[in-house]
Amino acid sequence: MAVLKPFEDQTGIKVSYESTRDEDAILTSRVAAGNPPDLAAAPSPQLLAQFAKQGKVIPLNDAVDMSALQSSTSKSWIDLGEPNGDGKLYQIFAWAAVKGLIWYDPKNFQAKGYSVPKTFDDLTSLQSQIKSSGTTPWCITLESGSASGWPASDWLKEIVLSQSGPDVYDKWVAGTQKWTSPEIKSAFQTWGQILGPNDSNVYGGKQFMLATNFGDVGTPMFQNPPKCFMLNQASFITTFFTSANPSLQPGTDFNFFPLPDVSSQFTGAHVVAGDSFSMFKDTPQARKLIQYLTTAQAQDIWVKRGGKLAVNKQVPLTDYPDVLSKESAQIIVNTQIAKYDATDNMPADMRSAAWKALLDFVSNQSKLDSILANLDKVQATAYHS
Amino acid sequence: MDFSVLLGDIPTLLAVVLGVPAVLVAYIVGSEYLVRRLPDKNRPQVRPWIWVGPSLLLVTGFLLLPAIATIFQSFEDNHGAFIGLQNYATQLADFPSGGAWVAIRNNIIIWLLFYTLFVLAFGLALAVLFDRVPYETVVKSLIFMPMAISSVALGVIWKFMYSYQPLGAPQTGTVNAVVTFFRHDPVAWLQDQWPNGLGVLNNVALIGAATWGITGFAMVILSAALKGIPGELLEAARVDGAGELTVFRRVIFPLMMPTIVVVGTTLVIFALKAFDVVYVMTNGNYGTDVLALRMYNFLYLSHNNAAASSVAIILLIAVIPVLVFNLRQFRAVEARR
Repeated sequence: MAVLKPFEDQTGIKVSYESTRDEDAILTSRVAAGNPPDLAAAPSPQLLAQFAKQGKVIPLNDAVDMSALQSSTSKSWIDLGEPNGDGKLYQIFAWAAVKGLIWYDPKNFQAKGYSVPKTFDDLTSLQSQIKSSGTTPWCITLESGSASGWPASDWLKEIVLSQSGPDVYDKWVAGTQKWTSPEIKSAFQTWGQILGPNDSNVYGGKQFMLATNFGDVGTPMFQNPPKCFMLNQASFITTFFTSANPSLQPGTDFNFFPLPDVSSQFTGAHVVAGDSFSMFKDTPQARKLIQYLTTAQAQDIWVKRGGKLAVNKQVPLTDYPDVLSKESAQIIVNTQIAKYDATDNMPADMRSAAWKALLDFVSNQSKLDSILANLDKVQATAYHS
Repeated sequence: MDFSVLLGDIPTLLAVVLGVPAVLVAYIVGSEYLVRRLPDKNRPQVRPWIWVGPSLLLVTGFLLLPAIATIFQSFEDNHGAFIGLQNYATQLADFPSGGAWVAIRNNIIIWLLFYTLFVLAFGLALAVLFDRVPYETVVKSLIFMPMAISSVALGVIWKFMYSYQPLGAPQTGTVNAVVTFFRHDPVAWLQDQWPNGLGVLNNVALIGAATWGITGFAMVILSAALKGIPGELLEAARVDGAGELTVFRRVIFPLMMPTIVVVGTTLVIFALKAFDVVYVMTNGNYGTDVLALRMYNFLYLSHNNAAASSVAIILLIAVIPVLVFNLRQFRAVEARR
């Protein structure tokens, strides 16, 4: 990891670093066996929050420079690191991503005379305009190994937040908003309108959506003629665009607009996500490393490599490698209602049931009621284990 | 992997590298010394236990006791309070689509039936047919090769094989390339729950991948059994006017039966334990869940050890009859020797 090199050079501490695609299982076993790593990072704060509740994680209040953190990081990120609400900081966020960005190819839009939709009605009329021209408007792909379905949850979260507002969203994350409630049900239905009857608005229909890896979502959009015109994914997807197709230029070949507000009542609401770190063993070296990760120096390294946005506000906008990451960094700064990724903050079995439910919804939209009833059942037990 | 960690703790390294063999040698020499001092007639009664002792201890400590603890845990809730059969009631609720029913159906009907049949049929056919060609060893090595691949790699390979592109786009998956060549629409093999959402098609697609990985194993054992049939028997049958098919049906097949049964029951246990291919290829989505994966998800996703235990016990109950049958067969084969 490039980000560790300056740390090792400055302090002489050697960091041995392991990575896994199956962190839930491996970290859980190691913590249970009393052999946790000094520090662990997780793509969802829920796993680390669970260990914090079990008392397995060491509070960071005297390990990191709290006043520096408070001045460099916005309050919502620090609050997310205090899952027990007792003023004890258990996690720090190292980098962030904006979710719910609609990506498009500006050249395709120009060729067809389409314009970037400003309102949700604009978006729906644009998609029927594209559909009537004989092309599917959307590319959506949901396969992701044991996490299949998560890209669909990005749609759902964004719609819930933008349609029903932050209060419903928070209750939904906390498990007190039923899945069968009208707010959540209508979020599914709104997504259903985007998908069209029998997923007919999406390239390849449900088979292609379910069978194709999330990273390949852009491939049909960049074909000539394009098979779809828009896709929804977080800011990291650009690295997949350019690794599949190195000639693509950000800004000219692909660009994004934020999902328009579904309800005018909640303007500028966006879902964000990020990787967080926790400390499991209190060693001087671990303290130094976690302090280092909160600094602009460390986060700047991630930022310059592209695809990631700094949580530390001191990272200058000029350090972002391209115009697009600069724009999304600005969205993070300007978002009026910022909410952390809902499913990532739900208990792991709730999250996994939600992903499965979205796959089932894509397979057969008419089963919505039974799918939601089943999610309520999971919700009833998932929050109490 | 960073091997420097091994050298970080030299005393432990020495204890493991030198200590373990030393303890074993001391155990063997010491116990043999004690047995020698017993009266002649007692020695045969004691000696086997000395040799079986260590493995008995290990099996008790690492298999039997955890199994018993699992049984106890399956009657508790996640905080250790006794709740009777409630975990099982949850797992067996809402027949046929709720609880563990989909996983039970997939394990006990679809996997058990198709996996065992596919592997036995292919293994037997390949063993018998390759027996008749001069390049037998080469082909058999080729068929055996997938056994050397880890099942995760196997799953990834077959995900490519089954890859789906919509009609009209170039098919990147081998299977769909073949299917579209014959003017059939491409099929989303791993997602399509044909027929009527019952999920036979995608489960059989998973089983197909697993079959590819294990057929070599069945073929090698069956081929060894085939070679054990005396040539004079086949000769005599042919002299009596039996055609090749009759020779296979009336002579080869019955003589191979004990081996087929042993291989078959082993495969049934493999089918009930199925996990890795499903985890990698569909993660139990689209009606392809299996018991071992369900147990894993309860354990690591839900952190619900009690529910995981109850699924483990359901799996254990399903395996026991096969296990008993298998042991009896082993004994019968041994007795015949």
